[in-house]
Amino acid sequence: MNDPNTIDCAEALRLLAEYLDGELRDGVHDGVEHHLHACRSCYSRAEFEQLLKTQLKRLGSGEVRPAFEERIRQLVVEFTTSPASRPDNE
Amino acid sequence: MWRLSTRETTVWYSRSPNREPPPRTVQPQLSGSAVQAAAHDPETPSMTSAGEDRHWFEDAVLDVLPDLLGTARRLTRNHADAEDLSAEAVAKAWISIGTLKDRDNFRGWIFRIMTNLFISAHRARTSRPDEEPLPDESAAFSLFERLHQPFLLWWSTPEKEFLDKLVREDFERAMDALPEPFRLVVVLMDLQGFSYADIARQLDVPIGTIRSRLSRGRALLQKALWQHACDAGLRDAPTNQEDQNA
Repeated sequence: MNDPNTIDCAEALRLLAEYLDGELRDGVHDGVEHHLHACRSCYSRAEFEQLLKTQLKRLGSGEVRPAFEERIRQLVVEFTTSPASRPDNE
Repeated sequence: MWRLSTRETTVWYSRSPNREPPPRTVQPQLSGSAVQAAAHDPETPSMTSAGEDRHWFEDAVLDVLPDLLGTARRLTRNHADAEDLSAEAVAKAWISIGTLKDRDNFRGWIFRIMTNLFISAHRARTSRPDEEPLPDESAAFSLFERLHQPFLLWWSTPEKEFLDKLVREDFERAMDALPEPFRLVVVLMDLQGFSYADIARQLDVPIGTIRSRLSRGRALLQKALWQHACDAGLRDAPTNQEDQNA
């Protein structure tokens, strides 16, 4: 759309998810970034997709009930102090 | 019901009395059974520097526990099952601690254990194929394309206002509605931030499959958010034309 230099809008949008996921190698990453700084439409799209990713990331951490944390602590203690309970050291 | 299998033991856990009975004695708490399972495994090698290992393992587990539980919650779509799955992963992690070559990799390693436990349990419960066919148009759905109005420039951003209207439960509902193969990949990427390569290793599939499932999963997720917003009156109901395009 706007002064895409080496990457046009179609290519930038095709690569956008991998760009936001941090999965592009440096040269391609920089090319997409340069395009986003020059193209308002693609920048808006990137901004929205990043915002959505941020919202989703909040779902990734669960509230640990104290009773469950205690259950896990007991599990670890019983495991690691039981004379016959030994980890695989291979 | 979740199952923990070691080389010589199989331990079943169940919280719901309505589910099918387990093949062995059911213990109400995971810990006792899991400990006994490992304790009586004659093939588990001896442990060195037990105190140091124990404190390190406990700290590492508690540090990752909220993320582990959050992911388990999205995978199982049930609080009780999520706790059982997380606890199983911890138990399996201790049994397998010798396979952890670098302690810096503990997070990815225990997540891999948990996803494998989940996948194994899922495959034992259902005969569904891994990939559920999707209509082609679902893979292309984009909330941004549906909502963005370029002529508004900076005065208004309907797509951001749309997200502002959604609450955590809306996102959870949309995530939980994803078919399992897509949900697994979206959870590991967007919720936990693992790399495509990490996820490919965890799920034992090619990176190309991860890209494909991620793309389709995100499109399905956005479509579910859109549909929910329309159903809840957060957006005007889609027009017939929009329905055809959705």
